[in-house]
Amino acid sequence: MKSLAELKAIRDKMQNQINMRSESGDENAIRVVVGMATCGIAAGARPVLNELADKVQEKGLSDKIVVTQTGCIGLCQYEPIVEVYEPGKEKVTYIKMNAEKADEVLTRHLIGGHVVDDYTMGSSGLK
Amino acid sequence: MYRSHVLVCGGTGCTSSGGVEVYNAFEKEVKAQGLDKEIAVVQTGCHGLCAEGPVVVVYPDATFYARVSPQDVPEIVSEHLLKGRQVERLVYKDPTKDGDVIRSLSDTEFYKKQVRVALRNCGVINPESIDEYIGTGGYEALGKALTEMTPDEVIQTVLDSGLRGRGGAGFPTGLKWKLCAPNQADQKYVCCNADEGDPGAFMDRSVLEGDPHSVIEAMAIAGYAIGATQGYIYVRAEYPIAIQRLRIAIDQAREYGLLGENIFDTGFNFDLDLRLGAGAFVCGEETALMTSIEGKRGEPRPRPPFPAVKGLFGKPSILNNVETYANIPQIILNGADWFASMGTEKSKGTKVFALGGKIKNTGLVEIPMGTPLRTIIEDIGGGCPNGKKFKAVQTGGPSGGCIPAEYIDIPVDYDNLASIGCIIGSGGMIVMDEDNCMVDIAKFFLEFTVDESCGKCTACRIGTRRMLEILNKITDGKATMEDLDKLEQLSYYVKANSLCGLGQTAPNPVISTIKFFRDEYEAHIKEKRCPAGVCKALLNFVIDPVKCKGCTACARICPVNAITGELKEPHVIDQSACIKCGSCMSTCKFDAISKR
Repeated sequence: MKSLAELKAIRDKMQNQINMRSESGDENAIRVVVGMATCGIAAGARPVLNELADKVQEKGLSDKIVVTQTGCIGLCQYEPIVEVYEPGKEKVTYIKMNAEKADEVLTRHLIGGHVVDDYTMGSSGLK
Repeated sequence: MYRSHVLVCGGTGCTSSGGVEVYNAFEKEVKAQGLDKEIAVVQTGCHGLCAEGPVVVVYPDATFYARVSPQDVPEIVSEHLLKGRQVERLVYKDPTKDGDVIRSLSDTEFYKKQVRVALRNCGVINPESIDEYIGTGGYEALGKALTEMTPDEVIQTVLDSGLRGRGGAGFPTGLKWKLCAPNQADQKYVCCNADEGDPGAFMDRSVLEGDPHSVIEAMAIAGYAIGATQGYIYVRAEYPIAIQRLRIAIDQAREYGLLGENIFDTGFNFDLDLRLGAGAFVCGEETALMTSIEGKRGEPRPRPPFPAVKGLFGKPSILNNVETYANIPQIILNGADWFASMGTEKSKGTKVFALGGKIKNTGLVEIPMGTPLRTIIEDIGGGCPNGKKFKAVQTGGPSGGCIPAEYIDIPVDYDNLASIGCIIGSGGMIVMDEDNCMVDIAKFFLEFTVDESCGKCTACRIGTRRMLEILNKITDGKATMEDLDKLEQLSYYVKANSLCGLGQTAPNPVISTIKFFRDEYEAHIKEKRCPAGVCKALLNFVIDPVKCKGCTACARICPVNAITGELKEPHVIDQSACIKCGSCMSTCKFDAISKR
């Protein structure tokens, strides 16, 4: 390595990896939780989780969006379930997710700020 | 890309409690459950809470697992990493909060009050990966110094930050560099003192194990500032993990061109070599260390000439401690004002302390200078175990003194501690409770300095030995008050007549314990009694005839047959035969034997 630019390139590549290990975390960060109980995994939650985690890091958003998994949410028939907690806003629950839908949610909701109504809890007609 | 990182502590503390096996088990299990593309298993440096090792932290949720064994690993992998359910029984419980389950690191009393500058990467990055260090902003300070600053500006920044040497003496680091910079020579040297020798101190080891690149980067910056192209890290051979990680780090830095010739295309050359110390305490002293690097017997030499003028191989040199260096890149990046905003008027920044002895949370803590001792002992350390009363804390190892309980609210910085005859030293803090005898503590440290005196100065070589003999007399109950006066006199004589820091400070533990615990010395001498019940020669084990059931258990365990008595009748100890081993006391089921 002979230049500061090369150093910066390595830093940019690694930073999103390291950011995941921040202790306090940004209080304004969006928390995205994927249901990863047996029911969730069986319904295909793992590709959803991996897609979200990868894309967040790829786009350099790991300081703003935290992707974690949780146990059974209780609505096994609607798995894979993804819940989005945004500070100061109501929780949004997406159901029957897959990798493509997750990608769309990331772009339109997590980055764009518009809830993707087609995939939310309400879309199932459940009251 | 990984969705979760598992950080397994690979510091010396956790390695000795089985951290390596836990790391291997994670690698194997993650692969076995097909998660190796999703989960990164990383071996890090010390997290600080060594008492609870092996420590495992899972991100992004920052779950803190304590005392993990390889058998627990499959459960953590299948439950937590796959299904997202924390393994409750292994999550760290805060002893200061009646065993409340703690979800993440920052919630614990232990971490909440800490400010991590020198330790900022310890336990966070993989010390064997230069990429991870760069990911946290590593080597940017070197880039900034080389491309945007003149050597004088670098020195001025360090000077303005108020950083003082973390090895013990507290000499302003910037001033040290400033004194060396103008001296002309064909070669100058930058040295790093990693010969951490104080009993109970392990700050530098943890920095080297957890964040070796920060020291390498800082030494290159120092080389640029004073005009040196060669550096030496003098590290004790007793730190095998630190040495291994330093070697890896130096190789990686060379490969990336961050050490070597024409760094960042600026024409600046700098390279580093390791020198291993054989473990002599005196080699932590500046001039002795340089003599040892030269390949000679490690003995101090008179100053002046100071190393800034005539140091290693007779060339102008600077020597700083590991922790001092670990602060430098942060100061260059964030500016002198940022660093000077932490701490007290004359002691800036933060200091790492190694907590040990009678304390619940044994481990490594970093706090701003000026934090009250009470915060360190009670909030972060969790107080003395088993509800015992805090008596004193020994700081600065064999060169330091003790701070008694009545000074527990003293703000910890260089000048406050000096005002009560104590020093911060390198940062070892050994906590003592009511069961510790202060005469015995003074004896322990003096035994150490008697062993470690290099023998060059008579005052230190023979003086400390005579002092130890008097202390032995006191703990044997054979001393008079005259001996105590002689001991004090001798202390000042040894201090005044020794060449280097070892002899000049060796009597400190004695002086300080006499100053604060004179009553304990007098109890040993006048009443032939050890108030804490430690000094064996002054103890008598006695059997309470009321409580004794005559079970004969004590008589059977006594190695010298000093206990006699009939079955079902109270037993008696023959004091002249008793060797005070204490076996009878621990054997008795009826609590009938006591020390007096």
